Amino acid sequence: MTKNAVRIGTEPNPVVRWVILGVVGVVFAFPILAMIEFTFRDGLSGAHTLDHWTGLVSEDAARTYRNLFTAIGNSLLLAVVTVAIVLVVLLPTMILVHLQFPRLKRVLEFVCIIPITVPAIVLVVGLAPVYAVVVRVFGGSIWTLAFAYGITVLPYAYRAIQSNLDAVDVVTLSEAGRTLSADWGRVLWFVLLPNLKRGVLAASFISVAVVLGEFTIASLLNRVNLQTALLQVGQSDPYVAIIFALLALLLAFLLLLSIGRLGRPRRSGSGS
Amino acid sequence: MFRKRHLAGIAIFAAAAITLSACSSSETPAASDVDAATATSAEDFGGVDALVEAAKAEGELNVIALPDNWANYGEIKAAFEDKYGITVNSADPDISSAEEIAAADNLKGQDTAPDVFDLGTAVALASTDYFAPYQVANWAEIPDENKESTGLYVNDYTGSMSIGYNSNEVPEPESLDDLLGKDYTGAVALNGDPTQAGAAFAAIGLATVQQGGTLDDFQPGIDFFSELNDAGNFIPVNATPATIASGETKVVFDWSYNNLAQTSVVDGWKVTTLPGAAYTSFYNQAISKDAPHPAAARLWQEFVFGAEAQNMFIVGGAYPVTIAAMNEAGTTDEDAIAAIGNLDGDIVTPTTEQSEAASALLAEKWAAAIG
Amino acid sequence: MTVANAPVLVSGVVQAEPGRHPVTEPAGTTRRGRFGGLAKYLGLAPFAVYVLIFLGVPTVLAVATGFFTEDGAFTLDNIAGLADPVVLATFASSFWVSAITAIVGSVVGALVCYALLGTRAGGTLRSLIDSASSVLAQFGGVMLAFAFIAAIGGQSLLTLWLKNTLGFDIYADGVWLYQPAGLLVVYTYFQVPLMIITFLPALEGLKSQWAEANATLGGTRFTYWTRIAFPVLAPSFFGSLLLLFANAFSSYATAAALVSQGSPIVPLQIRAALVSETVLGRENMAGALALGMVVVMVVVMWGYSVLQARTSRWQK
Repeated sequence: MTKNAVRIGTEPNPVVRWVILGVVGVVFAFPILAMIEFTFRDGLSGAHTLDHWTGLVSEDAARTYRNLFTAIGNSLLLAVVTVAIVLVVLLPTMILVHLQFPRLKRVLEFVCIIPITVPAIVLVVGLAPVYAVVVRVFGGSIWTLAFAYGITVLPYAYRAIQSNLDAVDVVTLSEAGRTLSADWGRVLWFVLLPNLKRGVLAASFISVAVVLGEFTIASLLNRVNLQTALLQVGQSDPYVAIIFALLALLLAFLLLLSIGRLGRPRRSGSGS
Repeated sequence: MFRKRHLAGIAIFAAAAITLSACSSSETPAASDVDAATATSAEDFGGVDALVEAAKAEGELNVIALPDNWANYGEIKAAFEDKYGITVNSADPDISSAEEIAAADNLKGQDTAPDVFDLGTAVALASTDYFAPYQVANWAEIPDENKESTGLYVNDYTGSMSIGYNSNEVPEPESLDDLLGKDYTGAVALNGDPTQAGAAFAAIGLATVQQGGTLDDFQPGIDFFSELNDAGNFIPVNATPATIASGETKVVFDWSYNNLAQTSVVDGWKVTTLPGAAYTSFYNQAISKDAPHPAAARLWQEFVFGAEAQNMFIVGGAYPVTIAAMNEAGTTDEDAIAAIGNLDGDIVTPTTEQSEAASALLAEKWAAAIG
Repeated sequence: MTVANAPVLVSGVVQAEPGRHPVTEPAGTTRRGRFGGLAKYLGLAPFAVYVLIFLGVPTVLAVATGFFTEDGAFTLDNIAGLADPVVLATFASSFWVSAITAIVGSVVGALVCYALLGTRAGGTLRSLIDSASSVLAQFGGVMLAFAFIAAIGGQSLLTLWLKNTLGFDIYADGVWLYQPAGLLVVYTYFQVPLMIITFLPALEGLKSQWAEANATLGGTRFTYWTRIAFPVLAPSFFGSLLLLFANAFSSYATAAALVSQGSPIVPLQIRAALVSETVLGRENMAGALALGMVVVMVVVMWGYSVLQARTSRWQK
């Protein structure tokens, strides 16, 4: 960051930067802090206590933890398969459309925004018969739910990758690669993907977050995932429910942080 | 819905024709010579012990919409698991009766489909096609007006409509009109929307009879809540254990068993039933016709209507259907019934016609009344 | 021979062509046969099949229920029911809540992206904000509703402090948090992070050379932003705005917990039709309402593509 950068407009004034981030940060932290404060409350009397937190490690909790760990495993598996679907099915299609079928771009955009338009509670009405068949073909295990999740994350993943595609001149890059006698595989892997890394990573992040936070479809198809298990766990005690919700948020946050580390640029060689 | 399956089947079949036939799953190990899915009583199995054996062979039971803190279902499920060694898979604790039936539709043929239902009366009456008839061993102990003659659905427990309140902040309401006063500003909430949730519907019913009306016409109840809203005392948020614990909903209309469950979790929460008319409504047990574990489902019914589970309902604050027979036989848990008091007062329960008329009236008037 | 015309150096396998510029590329001069064209379309096949099975079929099935009664007979009654003034009012309500939260969310989100300009892509600040945004963008439903009840509800610490210490009662005219107006605040909570996560990759497209060129040619930061940066970012900005709108339009779990009485927005109407224990037989109405929602989205998408067509004038 240089004063020059601020002057010509590529960077904001540091004061402006920190004011914006500070205000937004405080406003967004506030509800989370309110939830945390609630978990320390002792009933309606206004006093505070650590009991709700220490109760987590009591003996009764063992049975619920067994279910919770299975559920976390399920959600992580679903996240992996969903990201795989995004990377293997959506990404090549988007690149293909961008390069070869510019007129289909609007169609693809519309298709990718439909899943968000139809509320999950209605979509399940239509998904249930499809899944009746899927279960017969693939068995009833949890990972088949990722097919539905791949559709659910389409709008977000599409937008993240498309923002990047619009920004990078993919056409010229691929032409350059092809001229230099690379086949499409090499162009894709060595030329395009490094430039699309931001978008792909953002798409993966939001997909993982969506899968970890998804409740309706899993619940209505009677499968066990993190959110349905959290609901079960929180049934008996509202304080425990909030505590586990906060811990789930933290888990997702740490998971995404570690994924982000994986996608870090290698050395400070990558500029701009 | 023949059309749906047809369409879906064509779409998928084109993609997976070969694997479909290879992977078609066959159901039930069924080593026994009894078809559990059509058994209408324990006798068909050759006695309760044979039923227990058949259920244990199945090993699992899928229940749905049974929250742990609703009429003490948590303890009942755990007791069933411990007694018979059958794993209880409890799904979707928060869904409504209508969604239970929808789940039975959605999951038909899969092994995660629900085995048994616990439904509100309106939904039970409309969904008899989904049930298999079954008469439990102590069928005679259940009053005639509380069961369908072949055992398609049977009343299991009821509560009375009560008012829970935050004793640290507001005084105990002694009549409905108290709630219109200044002490209760921004305090009163319902457990759901009366056009959707049975508990909220019952709250309007209670208000109706407390205002001197009859269950034929819920208008007085709607008018009361409209007045409550105009006074600024009614808040449209959904009352949950969390909002009760955070102090947001200081007064909640809910079934006695729900409010009582909160008293043990949240210090300072108390429950009162208004003197005068008491509004009750039974829930119904039913077995799914397409239950993936038919023997376990029937064993569950035997358990729920047995004295052990019926007493657990009392502990949870609900009044079980066999209470009269239990009192006679002396099997009632005395301490539990002393803790919640008997169901006294002028008890009113809506008939089917009254419920339908009230639903139609609410669908028309409620949104405008509190809007 | 142009770059685009250069022979494809991989032998044997029929290759799809490198990107052809329609302008520079006269027809018929390249090795493009019908077979080559077909191979291109095959590339679209996996996605098409996947979307057809898991999106097309369910959506059609779900929306089609709106055309049938509960007994399975074809009817247009449910669709006619959409013209009911109450239903139209809920559509309007949904539309305004979604539009306002989308605009506020996208503007605030864009500001945060602006504040992140120049930070290192893999650096701490960026990673933290990326992860936090992803998590919060999906934070919804009962928990989010409760977070706001705890934060600014009628009995929250903040409200009580404002009332008792500063004498300022934010709920003097009734608790607006539990009305559609409250949704404006709560929805923004997940709209802003969603904007951040979908718009941040677009900032890759801002090359510092352009800013330098602008400066060299005597422009100010204002001209940089209005003439160079915004036109480049516009397609992504409006695309994200559209996504935010759709996101708010179909959200219902949060609203169900907060605005629990009266179903003032469309997803709550759908939920009421499907979930009600007391008013039965309205499930097919949910299909009709879902169809209504799809129609609204089609109209909005049409407006969006008109807008895009105009802003992309500045694209190459």
